[in-house]
Amino acid sequence: MSTSNSLVYLIALPLAGAALLLLGRRRTDKWGHLLATALSASSFGVGLYQLSLMLGRSDEARPISQKLFEWIHVGNFNVDAGLLLDQLSICFVLLITGVGTLIHIYSISYMSHDHDRRRFFAYLNLFIAAMLLLVLGNSYLNLYVGWEGVGLASYLLIGFWNQKPAYATASKKAFVMNRVGDMGLSFAIMIAFATMGTVSFSGVAEQAHHTSEAALTGMGIMLLVAAAGKSAQFPLQAWLGDAMAGPTPVSALIHAATMVTAGVYLITRSNFVFDAAPTAQLLVVIVGAITLMFGALIGTAKDDIKKALAASTMSQIGYMILAAGLGPVGYAFAIMHLLTHGFFKAGMFLGAGSVMHGMNDEVNMRKYGALRKFMPITFATFGLGYLAILGVPPFAGFYSKDMIIETAFNAGGVKGIILGSVTLLGAGITAFYMTRVMILTFTGTKRWDDEAHPHESPWLMWLPMAILAIGSVASGFLLSRGDALVNWLHPLFAHHGEHEELLKPIVVSGLALTMVAIGVAIAFAKYSRQEVAHVAPENVSVFTKIARQDLMQDRFNEAVFMRPGQALTATLVATDEAVIDGAVRGVGTIALGSGSALRGLQNGFVRSYAALILIGAVALVAAIWVVVQ
Amino acid sequence: MDASNYLYVSALLFTIGAVGVVVRRNAIVVFMCIELMLNAANLSFVTFSRINGDLNGQVMAFFTMVVAACEVVVGLAIIVTIYRSRRSASVDDASLLKR
Amino acid sequence: MLQLALQVGQTAKPEAVMFWILGPLAVVASLAMLLVKKAVHSAILMAFVMIILAIFYIAQDAAFLGIVQVVVYTGAVMMLFLFILMLVGVDSADSLTETIRGLRPIAITAAIGFGGLMLSLLGHATLGRNAAGLAQANADGNVQGLAKLLFSTYVWPFEVVSALLITAALGAMVLAHSHNTIVRPTQRQLSINRFRGDSLGTAAGLPGPGVYARHNAVDVPALLPDGTPALTSVNATLSARGDMLDYKKFDLSQINTKVEEEK
Repeated sequence: MSTSNSLVYLIALPLAGAALLLLGRRRTDKWGHLLATALSASSFGVGLYQLSLMLGRSDEARPISQKLFEWIHVGNFNVDAGLLLDQLSICFVLLITGVGTLIHIYSISYMSHDHDRRRFFAYLNLFIAAMLLLVLGNSYLNLYVGWEGVGLASYLLIGFWNQKPAYATASKKAFVMNRVGDMGLSFAIMIAFATMGTVSFSGVAEQAHHTSEAALTGMGIMLLVAAAGKSAQFPLQAWLGDAMAGPTPVSALIHAATMVTAGVYLITRSNFVFDAAPTAQLLVVIVGAITLMFGALIGTAKDDIKKALAASTMSQIGYMILAAGLGPVGYAFAIMHLLTHGFFKAGMFLGAGSVMHGMNDEVNMRKYGALRKFMPITFATFGLGYLAILGVPPFAGFYSKDMIIETAFNAGGVKGIILGSVTLLGAGITAFYMTRVMILTFTGTKRWDDEAHPHESPWLMWLPMAILAIGSVASGFLLSRGDALVNWLHPLFAHHGEHEELLKPIVVSGLALTMVAIGVAIAFAKYSRQEVAHVAPENVSVFTKIARQDLMQDRFNEAVFMRPGQALTATLVATDEAVIDGAVRGVGTIALGSGSALRGLQNGFVRSYAALILIGAVALVAAIWVVVQ
Repeated sequence: MDASNYLYVSALLFTIGAVGVVVRRNAIVVFMCIELMLNAANLSFVTFSRINGDLNGQVMAFFTMVVAACEVVVGLAIIVTIYRSRRSASVDDASLLKR
Repeated sequence: MLQLALQVGQTAKPEAVMFWILGPLAVVASLAMLLVKKAVHSAILMAFVMIILAIFYIAQDAAFLGIVQVVVYTGAVMMLFLFILMLVGVDSADSLTETIRGLRPIAITAAIGFGGLMLSLLGHATLGRNAAGLAQANADGNVQGLAKLLFSTYVWPFEVVSALLITAALGAMVLAHSHNTIVRPTQRQLSINRFRGDSLGTAAGLPGPGVYARHNAVDVPALLPDGTPALTSVNATLSARGDMLDYKKFDLSQINTKVEEEK
């Protein structure tokens, strides 16, 4: 594997931006956002340069690495702070820096009225740097640093407007739930170290063949927990909806395009672990399938445009996790869906931000309506993203999602049929709720208040949206043309034999499109034909009520984890108070009591001390007397 | 005459000195009582020397005298110093070392 | 006790006579030293006890120690005691009432217990019955015998003790050496203070002690014009020592009545 010494610039540029903006304080207010955008763009430039170099090399020579410094050197355990850029990382690098730069540009305008815009850009740059470290690290430990870094950046950005207590709570919730996942990752690292003695990707990949399946299964499950935490997968999904408290560009960048896909990256990167641990792999598929349906169902009931999109994100990542759990055949499709999703979901979030920008930060879709006329560009870009997520040919989603559905059907046996049905059903529900979002927001009659003056956003905002819309249209076709991405990633994954096809691709596409058509039709019947209420109707089915409450996820967490946790801590505190503190205090009280009792002897009068000596002498002589007698 | 009679006197003098140290408050008198105790011990040394028939006891008494002289010199200097700052020679007044 | 009484009868030699006179005297004198009120008296009584002890030493063939005892204790140490007593002030007579509650009973009980136990122990011992005597050891003379021991067996302790003496002398000098913590007022300052004081009563100087037709002494306070005694007229040391005479005898009013009665 060849080495390079320019990889570090990918990370160093945005990191320097974050440091400058945070340490420069108010002095950088005037030009800080421009600097941050420029640094992000230059990082993207470095990424493109690396891609061009990589394209010029043969398959085997494509991965390059850079050793930064010797990090941990204990006995025969060595971890270098090293970077690894291979065919998988470069996809992420370009996605992160590319979409990141577009969102930087968008934010210049979107955040222009915020007096803390500099801090916002500093955090954005910090996030880019941490996310790049996550995907470039050459070992689980290096990945972990980036993993925590993006968690921190996510926390800071969700709570960016932390003057509102609800937003501060949302950021705390995201942080705490991410901690659960982080514990999983640290456990996975510990298992790797304990059983294989190495934590680098290449080392674990080599050792995986000689390691017991039990250890690999444990590590795989822990990695899955980590991925579930970061990617808002079942059962750690509850934070993503609340994370929409952050500014919309953050939702687009972190909670749609990049950070939440880190779980998919982790599972894909750890393919050698999961390939050798079928149980863990099966769990990955189950988690993906559950989350896919979970997110889709929540999405159908949300009136908040950002939360509806967040639920959709959860569902789409469920697709990716499911694909990643299908083994070697699915990794490439997971990544492909990840990339296309990065384009269309980021574009839709930016579109939602644009709508909010024009509607005085109103997020309730029931107060939108008929915005098509006032925001033609936003409508167009959002619409292209909409078509892409539905999987209408030839938009991006058609290529990536259909591949996953097809792979799911081809998984074989009952498993394949169940998974295929779930993915198909998910596609239908996706079509329903996305159509609902489109109808409520852009068509129908106007339902907004008189204070709102909807208008199209400035060019700084719609330009990134337009670019992302182009990506939504073309990325799927480009990536799947001649199996481009599959072949590109092929050297990284274990080779797999040919699966017998349960259904022909054309049949799958037909089924999927039918489901989509049904979903769209239901949505039209429900929301376009009828008048939409200004407030959410109360007399709805139990199902809708549950879906509105995020399928009881918070109540479940509260009942199963929070209350027993509180009871446990209360018991521990009481025990600590009574037993441990009591013992300590008892010792103290005894010492204090005996001290104050003996204090009377220490009256400071020399003569009383002399009397004590005399008494002592008497005792001594008495002892002698007793002995002599 | 039985030489141990001197020992009885010595014991009595020592006891009286000990009581004096505890009971009297004037630092100088306290010192005198200490001297009395030392001298009572000396008497015992001399008597034992006679009983045992060698001079080691007398040598001990000699050393005791020297040390007692040193002690008196330093002790009285301390009393003078304390008196200078507190205008009192009572041992009860120098009772800061309490509680 | 019976034994003791018999011994007294048997050993009526010169030494026994001396012992039975001086021994009780020593005990009584030391007891008195405890009980008298004035420190000066205690010092005199202690000197007395020291001299008796010196005689005891000489009687027990310790002539050198006896002489040293007289020189060191009744000479040097007693002078030092008296000197310090004068320096500290003769008013340092303290009341014998106990201020620390319960200390005196405890001390006396402990002392009786101590003394009783010691006497009882000594009574059981048989060591004095046949004393070896120092005739052999003192064959070359007591001083020579001691010197032999001091400069051979005990030469090292002897040297150490000499170092201790020098150290003690130095320590006493350091301790006794005083820095003036307050600036001594000048004559001028004193004069100013006298006239700027609270009253002009002392401006002309303190009154002299009482001088009367029938009595002329420095230990009687003068009477002020209104008949009250001026306590400041008597030297502070005399009044502190309690040597001030009662002025009431010379109170003008009493004298007046007497005169009237005589008329």
